[in-house]
Amino acid sequence: MAEKPRIGVFVCHCGLNIAGVIDVKKVAEEAKKIPGVVFSTTYVYMCSEPGQQLVIDSIKKYKLNGVVVANCSPTLHERTFRNAAARAGLNPYRVEIANIREQVAWPHEHEPEIATKKAIRIVKATVERVKNNMAYVPYEISVNKKALVIGGGIAGIQASLDIAEAGYEVYLVEKSPSIGGKMILLSETFPTLDCPQCIETPKMTDVSQNPRIHLMTYSEVESVSGYMGNFKVKVRRKARYVDVDNCLGCGACVEACPVKNIPSEVDRGLTNRRAIYISFDQAVPLVPVIDADHCIKLTYEKKVAEGKIKRRSKPGTVKICEKCQDACEPKVINFKDTDKIEEIEVGAIIVATGFDLMPMEKLPEYGGGKIPDVIDALAFERLLAPSGPTHGVPKRPSDGKIPKTVVFVSCAGSRDPAHGVAYCSRICCMYLAKQAMLYKHAVPDGMAYNFYIDIRSNGKGYEEFVQRVREQRDLIYLRGKVSKIFQRGDKVVVWGADTLTGQKIEIEADLVVLSNAMVPSEGAKELAQKLRIPQDEYGWFNGAHLKLRPLETVTAGIFIAGAAQFPKDITDTVSQASGAAAKVISMFAKPKLTKEPLIANVDTEICAGCGICKEQCAYGAITIDPKKKVSVVNEALCEGCGACAAVCPSGAMQLRNLNSKQVIRMVEVLTEDY
Amino acid sequence: MTIKIPYYPGCTLKTTAKNFEDTAKLVAGVFDYEFDELYRWNCCGAVYGLSEDNVMHKVAPVRNMLRVKEVGEKRMLVLCSMCFNTLKRANYYVRRNKDKLEVINAIMYLENTTYDGSVEVVHLLELLRDEIGFDRIKKAVKKPLRGITVAAYYGCLLLRPSEIAIDSVEQPTVMEDLVEALGGKVIDLNVKTECCGSYQTVKRKDIVADRTNFIIGEARKQGADMLITSCPLCHFNLDRRQKEAKKRHPDFKEMPILYFTQLMALAFGFEEDKLGFEPHYVDPRPLLKERGLL
Amino acid sequence: MGVLKLTKEKFRKVDLINRISGQNVYDCYQCGRCTSGCPSADEMDIVPSQTMRFLQIGEVDKVVESNTPWVCLTCLICSVRCPKGIDIAAIMEALRLVKLRTNYDFIHPNKIPEEDLEELPPIALVAAFRKMTP
Repeated sequence: MAEKPRIGVFVCHCGLNIAGVIDVKKVAEEAKKIPGVVFSTTYVYMCSEPGQQLVIDSIKKYKLNGVVVANCSPTLHERTFRNAAARAGLNPYRVEIANIREQVAWPHEHEPEIATKKAIRIVKATVERVKNNMAYVPYEISVNKKALVIGGGIAGIQASLDIAEAGYEVYLVEKSPSIGGKMILLSETFPTLDCPQCIETPKMTDVSQNPRIHLMTYSEVESVSGYMGNFKVKVRRKARYVDVDNCLGCGACVEACPVKNIPSEVDRGLTNRRAIYISFDQAVPLVPVIDADHCIKLTYEKKVAEGKIKRRSKPGTVKICEKCQDACEPKVINFKDTDKIEEIEVGAIIVATGFDLMPMEKLPEYGGGKIPDVIDALAFERLLAPSGPTHGVPKRPSDGKIPKTVVFVSCAGSRDPAHGVAYCSRICCMYLAKQAMLYKHAVPDGMAYNFYIDIRSNGKGYEEFVQRVREQRDLIYLRGKVSKIFQRGDKVVVWGADTLTGQKIEIEADLVVLSNAMVPSEGAKELAQKLRIPQDEYGWFNGAHLKLRPLETVTAGIFIAGAAQFPKDITDTVSQASGAAAKVISMFAKPKLTKEPLIANVDTEICAGCGICKEQCAYGAITIDPKKKVSVVNEALCEGCGACAAVCPSGAMQLRNLNSKQVIRMVEVLTEDY
Repeated sequence: MTIKIPYYPGCTLKTTAKNFEDTAKLVAGVFDYEFDELYRWNCCGAVYGLSEDNVMHKVAPVRNMLRVKEVGEKRMLVLCSMCFNTLKRANYYVRRNKDKLEVINAIMYLENTTYDGSVEVVHLLELLRDEIGFDRIKKAVKKPLRGITVAAYYGCLLLRPSEIAIDSVEQPTVMEDLVEALGGKVIDLNVKTECCGSYQTVKRKDIVADRTNFIIGEARKQGADMLITSCPLCHFNLDRRQKEAKKRHPDFKEMPILYFTQLMALAFGFEEDKLGFEPHYVDPRPLLKERGLL
Repeated sequence: MGVLKLTKEKFRKVDLINRISGQNVYDCYQCGRCTSGCPSADEMDIVPSQTMRFLQIGEVDKVVESNTPWVCLTCLICSVRCPKGIDIAAIMEALRLVKLRTNYDFIHPNKIPEEDLEELPPIALVAAFRKMTP
């Protein structure tokens, strides 16, 4: 700031959040004594309309060239006050926040005097910072108006349809052979009992027929580079061995395949599939895929290629299987197919990779997967599904008998911090109620027991649904967490409790259904690394702000939707998918994107091109100019975190408006005696 | 070359479970291990003191660690599950609570040295699995245990709490693997980690008799002919309390209970008089003779 | 049974249980898993999960005077399976100690029949005396 500083300090009460602990009047008085501060005041809610007006009016009245707002975290209202300053004609980057709520009032709730002193120090330090703040203008970035949606479950489907509907192109990448996700596996959906075949299949068809949606099934994101508006993505199109465009989907190849004993992914291992298979009848695309690890022909070819075996005769003279190809009318099977890398360019990415269930092996007290008639809830969905292996009448895996006593176990792995998962998986109470109801419909003389801890039914129509289920005859709710499950003869013994009566309970069941904890889907960690987006301790993707920016990640241009963020039901998933799509659409609707200018900046006179900063950059924003041997910051990629500036040995790398001079001055002020 | 290993017997291995100690020494000898009994060992306390405000109950087990340190050794072999649990938990506790270790050392001020947490408490099953290995055990078998079906019963103290467990807390397999190495058939006992009733055997024989009936009943349903254990108290409860179990449960059927070392000694071809079956309430010999193993 | 009157003083005894056991009874969210797996639950006046609940509402005397801590086997199944990692066995120990520290004998060595003393393994006796005598 070249001119003489004229700084205004605005101390917020935040109701009693701040003023209940800190003497805000004193903070304002002390602020006024700081050289360069020409005005200071307090207000009950500075972020409110009159509060912002106070800031605007004061900027004009006192000709302020710098503003410090002492209030909550900058992630909440920095933007608010920078916008207000801009409305008053002050460059927004001359506004800084002194966080005296999260950093002072809350942690020092019981020591008001210390809190007030600390608040004064923080305000003083921030004033010193603002004195050296420069004016900047945001960058403008062009935007490639195509989106990538990763994950073809209901979240990815909904987001793709919404974006395409708005007129933009979408690449929908799904790692399995068909879109549909977990939802398509379900029998019926709570609380209205629509079947996914009725409500999801039409959306899947819409996806396949929408000319703006490029469907890439059996594909995975290989790598991502670039930045908001201009991502370059490499997609691995896994070898399918079947020509998607010309296959008729008749299934003759599947019928012909002699390999019949591979556990079906879709049926959770309850049935077997062939080596060439179509995931399920409504698959989109309705095109088979060859499982190269189990196909006789392909495993043979692989062994030959690796030199493990010698080809029996000259190629072409002896056929190794190839029965699927023989059966194929349009001859679209190509055994020589290979993985291909396709490169696409998009402006925004939505991550909708969903969830998995905690594996049975992690629940040893419930048999650890060794008891055949203890199954997870998705397997039971298949047994209840009219399109499933038992056509809607459950038959248990061990002997195919219809189970007459079924025990449902809530919180199998969830709400259990001592064994790894502290959170509630949110949807199990509802689907177990639904499953118990559907089981009673399918087996009217059956007994159903549902062990629960607390019933969580907080959605529209949910509580009414649970109540309806609980009113039924021979469907007993028992309040207690199951401790142990074990085999006794052909029965499965469940040890539970009814805490309401103080009873330990033993049930000899025919079948036990566990609501395994929901966990992030396989590969989420690797994807997070490719996209440079943060995950929480369990691997769920984090939004930029839990409440106010739940759909955006901290990496600009990358959004999240559905259960990839945290367990959620279909209603919330679809809402969030549309929300993420709206974020993308609003991004695409602008002619240009703006980006914060407060990023790292290299003094090329000092920089020696050592590259330490490059190693530190989490966003891949730094390159070393091979000719000039200096660091170069990509303005679009840099998120202004400052990691590079902190490690720079020469001080050439500086963060705008938080340069080392400013930081040192702030530390001096913060550590002053008084 | 003989490997000498510092050995803590505990009270019961010198009295009612002498046959456990004798057979353990026999089978260890097959692999050239010699038990080097600690000089001046004292009672471990039998149960680990769970109170947080009193370290007195941890002094006895810790003092035994000193005996190991005194002879310049690093580990202590234990057979009894109760002693193992008490010693290993106390050791775990003082390793994590240096201030409490100081208090305990101060209490033991008449000792020549102080304890530092450096001793490892090792159970014989761990030694067999991790150091000797099932392959060597397999090779030492002279009389494979054909014709009998064994249930391996762990009880509580080898597995709980998880910090001191010698195997998976919920699904241990070390004894099953051992029986298989001995050429025997073993079931995956569904209640192998359930409690036998423990010290309630003193005042509440009924509780223990019911537990015995339950555990042996489950083993029987799974097709077991006999049950093995590593705990002298489990052994007593499951063997001797069958008398009371029969009274309380008319359809209860007796089952021989063996220490795993007895089964090993049998498979390694030791003579009948070395196997220590005399003190058993349910004599295993008729069954073993019927199946051609004696 | 009457209405239970809650006062602040009642809860000071809870502090004592927490201090002896090194646990916090308020960690418990009443899932009931300790009761589900307890081999002695059917012998108990008050099952483990309800013991935890009575402690949470300050009813320490009620559980101290129950048979619950005296039929506990200290098998630790509750402790290893508790989703909150509460060492419930240590709480049972604390409940016993509250009584034992008043020089209370739950078992009397001289009342054990001679023939039992002869056949019982020493660890059974030592363990029982440790758990049930001062």
